Amino acid sequence: MVERSYEKFFRQNRLPHLWCPGCGNGIVMKAIVQAIEKNPAYTQDNTVIVSGIGCSSRASGYMDFDTLHTAHGRAIPFATGVKLARPELNVIVITGDGDCTAIGGNHFIHGCRRNVDLTVILFNNNIYGMTGGQASPMTPLGKKATTAPYGSVDRPFDACKLAEAAGATYVARSTAFHVQHLVKMIEDGLNNRGFSFIEALVQCPTAYGRRNKMGDPAKMMAWMRDNAVMKNSWDKLPDEKKIGEKFPIGLFYKAESVDYDTAYQKVIDAAGGGAK
Amino acid sequence: MSARLMQGNEAIAEGALKAGVRFFGGYPITPSTEIAESLAKLLPKFGGTFVQMEDEIASMGVVLGASLAGKKVLTASSGPGISLKQELIGYASAAEIPVVIVNVQRVGPSTGQPTAPSQGDVMQARWGTHGDHSIIVLSPWSVREAFDLAVKSVNYAERFRSPVILLTDEIVGHLRENVELPAEVEIYPRRTPKISRAEGYQPYAPDEDLVPNVANFGEGYHIHVTGLIHDDTGFPSGSPKVTREAIKRMHEKISRAEDEIIEVHQEFMDDAEFAVVSFGGTSRTAYEAVLNARKRGIKIGFVRLITIFPFAEKIIRELSKNLRGLIVAELNFGQLVNEVERAVAGQCAVKLCAKYDMTIFEPEEIETSIDELIAEVNGNG
Repeated sequence: MVERSYEKFFRQNRLPHLWCPGCGNGIVMKAIVQAIEKNPAYTQDNTVIVSGIGCSSRASGYMDFDTLHTAHGRAIPFATGVKLARPELNVIVITGDGDCTAIGGNHFIHGCRRNVDLTVILFNNNIYGMTGGQASPMTPLGKKATTAPYGSVDRPFDACKLAEAAGATYVARSTAFHVQHLVKMIEDGLNNRGFSFIEALVQCPTAYGRRNKMGDPAKMMAWMRDNAVMKNSWDKLPDEKKIGEKFPIGLFYKAESVDYDTAYQKVIDAAGGGAK
Repeated sequence: MSARLMQGNEAIAEGALKAGVRFFGGYPITPSTEIAESLAKLLPKFGGTFVQMEDEIASMGVVLGASLAGKKVLTASSGPGISLKQELIGYASAAEIPVVIVNVQRVGPSTGQPTAPSQGDVMQARWGTHGDHSIIVLSPWSVREAFDLAVKSVNYAERFRSPVILLTDEIVGHLRENVELPAEVEIYPRRTPKISRAEGYQPYAPDEDLVPNVANFGEGYHIHVTGLIHDDTGFPSGSPKVTREAIKRMHEKISRAEDEIIEVHQEFMDDAEFAVVSFGGTSRTAYEAVLNARKRGIKIGFVRLITIFPFAEKIIRELSKNLRGLIVAELNFGQLVNEVERAVAGQCAVKLCAKYDMTIFEPEEIETSIDELIAEVNGNG
C-alpha cells in the first residue's frame, strides 16, 4: 500500500466531504496539504486555514489545523487580522470565484495592495456551486448558468491579472488536472513572504459542466489537459494562436516587496513600542 | 495623575488601551474618526496594531481575525458604517468572538446629517444584525464615563465572548472635559481552555457561566470556528436540538448576568412623583431640566440608563409603581420609549420627548414636556 503521509493533515472524523462525485475541490485540498508537507516552516500548530463561504470554503472544516470558516467574501479581512495579530503564524486562505472576486472583490484587491503575508488559493469552478449554479464573475462568456440561461454576457475577470495589477507579489495558475504542477505552484506561494495568489481551475460537473454539455468529470479534466498551456509556451505563441479556449498556466508574476508585517514593525519601532 | 483636557472619542481610545486592547481596525467616518486617529498614534507605542481597512465590513473582519488570534480588539464607526458592520457583528455573536464596536451616533437614515448628533441607532444596536442574538449595549454621558465604559465594554466582550456596542453620540464624542484617568483599571483576561486536547477539550463547550473557553489560534488546539450553527465541537450541525440549545445558551449567558450588567443612574427619586428617563449626551440636558423643575417645586427624579441592553426592565417596572408619570427624552423619533412603555406596562403615564432636527435638547424643551405631562396626568392637559 502506498504510504499516504498527507492523511494526518485531515480531520478523519469530518470525512467524507460534502462535495459531489467528480468535483475537483478535493484534488486542490490535497495539493494544499502536500505543499504544506514540503515546507518545514508550516506545521499543524502554527498554520491557520481561513475560508469564506461556498463549496470550496468548506475545505477548512476537513483540514486539521486551526481553521476559520468566515462569512461570504470576508476570508481575506479575517486572515489579515490573524496574520497581523500574530505574524509568527502561517495563514492560508481558501476561497472560490464568487467568494473572492464578487462579494469579496474589494477585500481581494486591497489584500493584494497591502501585501499581507497570506497565501490565497482560489478554487475556480466558474460558477456558484453551493447555491446551485448561478453565474459568477469568472463564468466565461457564453456559458450557461441558472441566472444566465441564454449564456453569460458578463465579461469575466482574469483573477491572476487582477491580483498582479492590485499588488500581489506572487501570482500563479494551475488546474486540478495538473496536480504536480499545482502542488509546486502552491509550494512556491507558501515560500513567498507577501501576498501570494494561486488560481486553481476545478471541474464542477454538477452545476457547471452538466449545464454546458462538457461531459463527465473525466472529460472536463481532459479539457483542462488540452487547453492549458504552460506559461513559457504561451509566451512564445503568436497572438493569433491564443484563441478559442486556450489559457496559460504557471507562474505569472513574482516580485520582491516588503510585506505588511515587516512594514508595520517599522511603525512600532518608530513609535517606540518594541516588539509586536 | 493630573487632569487632562480631552474629547469623549479620545477617552474611549484611552480606555480601550487601558483595558488591554492591542488591535484596532477601522475606516474613516465622522463623527467617530478621532478614535481611529488616536489609536493610530497610540497603539504602536504599546506594540499594538492599527490598520485602516478598505471598508467597514473589512474593519469588522480584521478585528475578528485578530481577536481569534488572541488580541483584545476594538473598532469604531457611525451611521452608514455601523450598518455595514452588522453582517459581521452577527458573525461575532454566532462564533462568540470578543469584540467592542463603538457607535458615535449621527443623524440618519443613510448619510443623514454626518456632523450632527442623534440617538437614532438605539434599536439598531439591539437588533441590527439578522437572526436571534444577544448583545450588550452601554452608553456614556461624560468624557470620564466614556473612558470607564470603554474599559467595561472590553471586559464584558471578553467575559461573555460577545460583541459589545459602546453606543455614544456626537455630543459625548466631541465633548471636551477635564478628566483624571485612573492609573490602573480592573481587567478581565482572555478566557483560556481548562483542559487539553487529550482530555477531550471542546472549544464551544460552555463553562459554568454558559460561556465557552475558546482557545486562541496558534495554541495547538486545532479548533474550527464557523458562523454556521455548531455544537460544542465547533463544527456545524443540522440538528434542531443543537440549534435550539445554541441559540438559547447565547441568550442566557447574558440574561443570567443581567443584574450585574444593568446599570442605572438615579437621582432625586426618593420623593419623586415623576421622572425623566434618558441616556448618553441627552442626559446632560435632562439633568439640568430636572434641577430646574425641582427649583420650581416639582417632585421629579432623574433616571439615566448606562446599560441600554439588556434593557433595565425590572428597574423601570419597579420605579413606575411609585410614579405618576415618566418622560422619555431621546434624540430620535421615539425608540427607547417603546422599551420603557413595555416595562411600565400601564402602571404610570409615559410621555415621549423626542427631537430629531440635528440640534441637541435645550433644558427648556424637556421642562416643557415635564409640565405637559403633569398637566395631562392631573387631567387638565
